[in-house]
Amino acid sequence: MSEHFLKIKELSAGVDGKEILHKIDLAVNAGETHVIMGPNGAGKSSLAGVLMGNPNYEVTGGTLEFKGEALDELSVNERAKRGIFLSFQNPVEVPGISLENFARSALESRTGEKIRIWNFRKDVQRALDALEMDRSYAERDLNVGFSGGEKKKAEVLQMLLLKPSLAILDETDSGLDVDAVRTVSRGVREFQKDREAALIIITHNAAILSSLRVDKVHILVDGRIVTSGGPELIGKIGREGFSDFEEKKA
Amino acid sequence: MSGEKTYVEDVNREFYDFRYEEHAGYKVASGLTEEIIRQISAEKKDPDWMLEFRLKSLEVFNRLKMPLWGPSIEGLNMDNIVTYVRPDTERMHASWDEVPADIKDTFERLGIPKSERESLAGVGAQYDSELVYHNVKKEVAEQGVVYTDIESALRGPYGEVIREHFMKLVPPEDHKFAALHGAVWSGGSFVYVPPGVSVEIPLQSYFRLNAPGAGQFEHTLIIVDEGADLHFIEGCSAPKYNVANLHAGCVELFVGKYAKLRYSTIENWSKNMYNLNTKRARVEEGGKIEWVSGSFGSHVSYLYPMSILAGEGAQCEFTGVTFAGAGQNLDTGCKIVHSAPKTTSHVNTRSISKSGGISTFRSAVVVGAKAAGSKSAVSCESLILDKESRSDTIPAMDVRTNLADVGHEAKIGRISDEAVYYLMSRGLSEEDAKALIVSGFAENVSRELPLEYAVEMNNLIRIEMKGAIG
Repeated sequence: MSEHFLKIKELSAGVDGKEILHKIDLAVNAGETHVIMGPNGAGKSSLAGVLMGNPNYEVTGGTLEFKGEALDELSVNERAKRGIFLSFQNPVEVPGISLENFARSALESRTGEKIRIWNFRKDVQRALDALEMDRSYAERDLNVGFSGGEKKKAEVLQMLLLKPSLAILDETDSGLDVDAVRTVSRGVREFQKDREAALIIITHNAAILSSLRVDKVHILVDGRIVTSGGPELIGKIGREGFSDFEEKKA
Repeated sequence: MSGEKTYVEDVNREFYDFRYEEHAGYKVASGLTEEIIRQISAEKKDPDWMLEFRLKSLEVFNRLKMPLWGPSIEGLNMDNIVTYVRPDTERMHASWDEVPADIKDTFERLGIPKSERESLAGVGAQYDSELVYHNVKKEVAEQGVVYTDIESALRGPYGEVIREHFMKLVPPEDHKFAALHGAVWSGGSFVYVPPGVSVEIPLQSYFRLNAPGAGQFEHTLIIVDEGADLHFIEGCSAPKYNVANLHAGCVELFVGKYAKLRYSTIENWSKNMYNLNTKRARVEEGGKIEWVSGSFGSHVSYLYPMSILAGEGAQCEFTGVTFAGAGQNLDTGCKIVHSAPKTTSHVNTRSISKSGGISTFRSAVVVGAKAAGSKSAVSCESLILDKESRSDTIPAMDVRTNLADVGHEAKIGRISDEAVYYLMSRGLSEEDAKALIVSGFAENVSRELPLEYAVEMNNLIRIEMKGAIG
């Protein structure tokens, strides 16, 4: 499985005729963790949205391939079925279905298989424990009344339960306190144990990365990847911020 | 588009659209005359007073005008409606084995024996206009609770009780279809809960229309005596027909002092049904009525359960959901009359309209001069699923005292694209995502229902949501 999992070539995309991403090239292999960093408004979340197939975005150029298949024509749920997962920055509150039941029906629609309730419940409890969430969250309506941090943890929980082959974390660390970042980071590390699965972490903060294995780092500024490199870039950003790259672009 | 396109869209109702050939033992001629009323009454072996009541109601029916204020019922031709069909079976069945096979199969598909096994107290299943299956669990009867079909009760030791209460809350003069009901009513349930008795498990009845063109006029009379407590569930599901169908049932609920009654209904009529049902409760001092109401199906519905809070501190809680799809005009809501001090009412309804469906929430809160210290809060939320559909809110208030706290709030909205996107990103189809959101919207009702009813209601929502993607 050393073939490129995700292949993005010269991808341009925008909203309402306004181009936000310009000719993005990105290749992610199975088992790799890529980090996309950049200042606010650089287009990081747009990239996540385009990968997931958010209908608000229009792809205006280039190609998007996942496991050898063009993604362009696939709807959001078809992409999910092929193993793409996006951890949302602002998860939506959905009354009427519990976190556990939702995760189970999501897994069932993804895999097309009936999931055994009791086995699944054990998985849910294990994941809740790992994320230091009270077990009662399994019974609570999906995201309803969750704090910002709990919503983010619930996203990571779903990632662990759905076992996607490509997970994209869109600013999952933003708005979390130090302890919560550590907990979430532990959850992500758990996910990294699956060597077949790839991970794209979008962040503008290095803290979540400190205890994670990172293979590649890309700096996104004004809708362009201006630099790609190894984990050493994280330290540089941590010390100097993005000003250097913003100037480079100018 | 061809001009022949009618108002009934064929949504997927294969779960519910099964029916059997009609081979009823007895059927009156179409149309409504004194002769027919006498025929029905004789067949039912009515006591004399009931025959008189029916004939008086027929007079009122002929005198009163059709209602002009709600959805159109022009499609209803009374001359075509066979009012009374008795299924081909003996009247009562103490055991499931004795029920004829086709009727049994219909009920089995509706899951009734199963739900009975699963701890429900008694099943009074109405097939066409007669109670064909009736069974009250032993322990309930031992508590002194009477749960029987109203016709045998009329001739039994409770005849006088029925005479004292029958159509006293809903008099035939109330409106044209109440009068019709008084004239041709047939079948239904009678429940009496003695003082202080708390019925732990819900009693349920399942009504069902099967004969083409047959109206259904069942009468439900429930008396919950002082300090007693009951949950009654009425479930309705009717197969689909080409001939206009009419349902004009009547429910009268008497809630005694410090008694409590919860009356839950999931109505799922076929899409050509005119559902003109009248429900009313009278609540004495310190008593409480709780309505849980899900309105699905039917072509046109007029449904406004009314609560008369007659004694000090009486309470009413109304929780409802209405789903209007293609070709449906559902006019639902409730009416509450506060006529004693310190009475409270709390109304929480949701309405959903889709594919050109029209859903109207109509409420009336009356606070009388004697109702000082009363409180009423009415809240209605509407979800409109597409541009073709419509939702209206018509709240009326008549407050005759300064010492009352009366509030109304209405919200209207659509499904957020962001929410659909979020759910789809976890693998749900657009259809399933929307159905899930709508189910969640209707949760005010489903969380109040016993599990199996909540599941059925969510299934109904799922079926109605099929093909929602334009």
